[in-house]
Amino acid sequence: MKNELPRWVDMGLIPLLNVTAAFLVSGLVVLFIGENPILAIQEMIFGALGYGEGFGFTLYYTTNFIFTGLAVAVAFHAGLFNIGGEGQAYIAGLGVALVCLSLGATFPWWLTFPVAIVGAGVFGAAWALIPAWLQAKRGSHIVITTIMFNFIAASLMVYLLVNVLKVPGSMEPATARFAAGGTLPYLRDMIPAFGFSPANVSIFWALACCVFVYILIWRTRLGYEMRTFGFSQSAAVYAGISPTKIIVVTMMISGALAGMMALNEVMGQAQKLQDNFVAGYGFVGIAVALMGRSHPVGIVLAALLFGILYQGGAELAFAMPAISRDMIVVIQGLVILFAGALEHMFRPSLIKLFSRREPALAPAE
Amino acid sequence: MSETNSSAATAPSPTSPRAIELIGINKRFGPVHANKDINLSVGQGSIHGIIGENGAGKSTLMSIIYGFYQADSGEIRIKGQPITIKDSQAAISAGIGMVHQHFMLVENFSVLENIILGAEGGAVLAGALAKARKDLKHLEEEYQLDVDPDAIIEDLPVGLQQRVEILKALYRGADILILDEPTGVLTPAEADHLFRILEQLKAQGKTIILITHKLREIMAITDTVSVMRRGEMVATVTTAETSLAELAELMVGRNVLLNVEKTPATPGDVLLEVEDLTVRDDRGVIMVDQVSLDVRAGEIVGIAGVAGNGQSELLEAISGIYPALSGRVLLKGEPIHVTGDADPALLREKGMAHVPEDRHHMGLVLPFEENENAILGYQVREPFVKGPFLDLGAMRRDAAEKIEKYDIRPPNPRLKTGNFSGGNQQKIVLAREMEQNPDVLIIGQPTRGVDIGAIEFIHKRIVEMRDAGKAILLVSVELDEIRSLADRVLVMFAGRVVGECTPDTPEGEIGMLMAGIERAEAAE
Repeated sequence: MKNELPRWVDMGLIPLLNVTAAFLVSGLVVLFIGENPILAIQEMIFGALGYGEGFGFTLYYTTNFIFTGLAVAVAFHAGLFNIGGEGQAYIAGLGVALVCLSLGATFPWWLTFPVAIVGAGVFGAAWALIPAWLQAKRGSHIVITTIMFNFIAASLMVYLLVNVLKVPGSMEPATARFAAGGTLPYLRDMIPAFGFSPANVSIFWALACCVFVYILIWRTRLGYEMRTFGFSQSAAVYAGISPTKIIVVTMMISGALAGMMALNEVMGQAQKLQDNFVAGYGFVGIAVALMGRSHPVGIVLAALLFGILYQGGAELAFAMPAISRDMIVVIQGLVILFAGALEHMFRPSLIKLFSRREPALAPAE
Repeated sequence: MSETNSSAATAPSPTSPRAIELIGINKRFGPVHANKDINLSVGQGSIHGIIGENGAGKSTLMSIIYGFYQADSGEIRIKGQPITIKDSQAAISAGIGMVHQHFMLVENFSVLENIILGAEGGAVLAGALAKARKDLKHLEEEYQLDVDPDAIIEDLPVGLQQRVEILKALYRGADILILDEPTGVLTPAEADHLFRILEQLKAQGKTIILITHKLREIMAITDTVSVMRRGEMVATVTTAETSLAELAELMVGRNVLLNVEKTPATPGDVLLEVEDLTVRDDRGVIMVDQVSLDVRAGEIVGIAGVAGNGQSELLEAISGIYPALSGRVLLKGEPIHVTGDADPALLREKGMAHVPEDRHHMGLVLPFEENENAILGYQVREPFVKGPFLDLGAMRRDAAEKIEKYDIRPPNPRLKTGNFSGGNQQKIVLAREMEQNPDVLIIGQPTRGVDIGAIEFIHKRIVEMRDAGKAILLVSVELDEIRSLADRVLVMFAGRVVGECTPDTPEGEIGMLMAGIERAEAAE
């Protein structure tokens, strides 16, 4: 195939070029508002990696991105574009909160955690099931339905938080704080250097999910069928693979993975269910999956990059008052733009470059 | 066979003014020489047919005339004037109109809106619409095209939609009208009406080029006809001076003689039975019309026919990929679902294997590694899976064995399938389907796009399967392939099996059946 690149270029060079381009353009933006881009980037990297507490925050953000990135990647492998991670994670927060509220007072965290995982998974999967079903049976496009379900989830959760779950007498649309058994241990409890950062043990579950996704996609029959369907629907039908089954099962796995994000936010960080805790992590997962080439290892690296951006950006806004919080969002947006939307910008010229160097690769046909 | 025609033969009535002339047109796509030194000359106010099988180069040639492609060399003249057609806009202004096989209409627009599409002539539509309505009325009266200008396209039957396409071309001032397989989607009555319209256009002095693979239409309506085969214009004749038989022979032609050694078949029990199978495609056109056939153990039944006469749909229905409208299929005497919830997986389980016509989209997943494709459809079977897990070791060992047995090159089970050549890709599919030891094997176009060396190997394997007592149903548009492999030949035309013959039936006779000419009729 003529548009094939060596693995290291596809997996390494292109993401590197994308990030470099994003930082160059961001540097120009910083220069434009009269700050020194070199100092800014130093500040950013120090803020994200340079000291314990900052690194803890970076890991905490990374955990969210791993979950939402994996969710998008699993759907990608079956040729489905799940942009409903936002809503699926939000609804999953409800599942986590219900488990933590009912079990947290009686059981230790290590008993509550597995049940909360199930809660997050079931609620996230259920929210993805409806768009999946509509796609499989009615042909309603999953991009449209999942994004609409984000809005439905947001409104539903606000209703529940304000009218059903709120602590009586409180002004805050949130549940009561979970009892100790309904919270996850912080990493700082084991490593004091992490300061006050909210990084918690859910990051290990995130890494376990990476292994799970790797095995699912490349080592199981279901993964094989998902990939077949993703590459060629007619080949899948020929091979006796039911499109309905693949769409529904894939989307439920994807929704469950997105839902895991709620473990970190609800059970780990806030220790209660509060309004709008997903805060865009579901959408950033799309960029993470694109940048990580839908491969768990790539997703961990891309999630770490976005973790650095989030934490480093917050520090930068603090250290350089000229760079406002909004400027940080601009820089993050540029990275998402270059990694996601403009992902194919460098590809054609690289393909040209490499096909010229390796003409022997061309097939006979 | 009088095949002395290396270049264009008798160009009829060279005295009349020429509407369009092609001189020495060449077009290559990579290694494929789609048009070789094409010469064509069409007289003003005539209907000229171009026939040839799929892949003969007809569509490429028309795309060159209409400006979709640029010829590598050669010249186009319109009314004697050399012209460069760099895009379809240039073709339109040169007076060329095209009616595509698949209509280029906006389904939820009205007829009138579709007609002015691309000729709006400004930001405000009202003026253009009013003008078009007037012109359209004029055109309709002139050519007796009854179309309601306010009807919405999707509410119109295909025959009327096609008329809208014709009107669109006329509205743009076309003098030369190219119709690409215009009757493919029409009922016989609609086709007759179309022909009357074409006659009318001709009477008004328009020049019409009709591309088709249906000989009957050529004989019914054209003045002159050109035959294309494998990228070459092999003959141009006056329709009145030729016969169906001659055209059939010219069209099918002769391939390199394929020599397959085989002993006479020893047919056993009927393993595959098809009864009154009818298939309607997504457009609602009946593609397979009450086809019945049976295949016995130890015999190869070949289905001959010009591509597009329902063979693909027949294969997909039998193999459970596309649901049939009605009819029954029995596998080893047991009825299988082919109408509602057909299931290819179940058919595989019951011993039917299928080598699909389209290996790029159906038979293989090109971005997969070779060993992954070697289990496609069998991903539910031991030893490839253990419980829910793939056994990569077993997959690769098995792939390596098949690679050796079928001489697939390069012998690397981890190579991406897209990097194998066409012949080797086909061997990957054949190895997969044959090595599962099925009782019934359905094979579509076994050697399409395959090099000569691999063809021989593939044919040998198919005969070996037959000798091992398998029932084989073979579909190919290569008549030579059918004749050299099959023990019985069925000919499909317009969705029906129109005849059965022995493989040693003369080529011309089968060719005529393929063209839809009944035997009795041919004997005249």
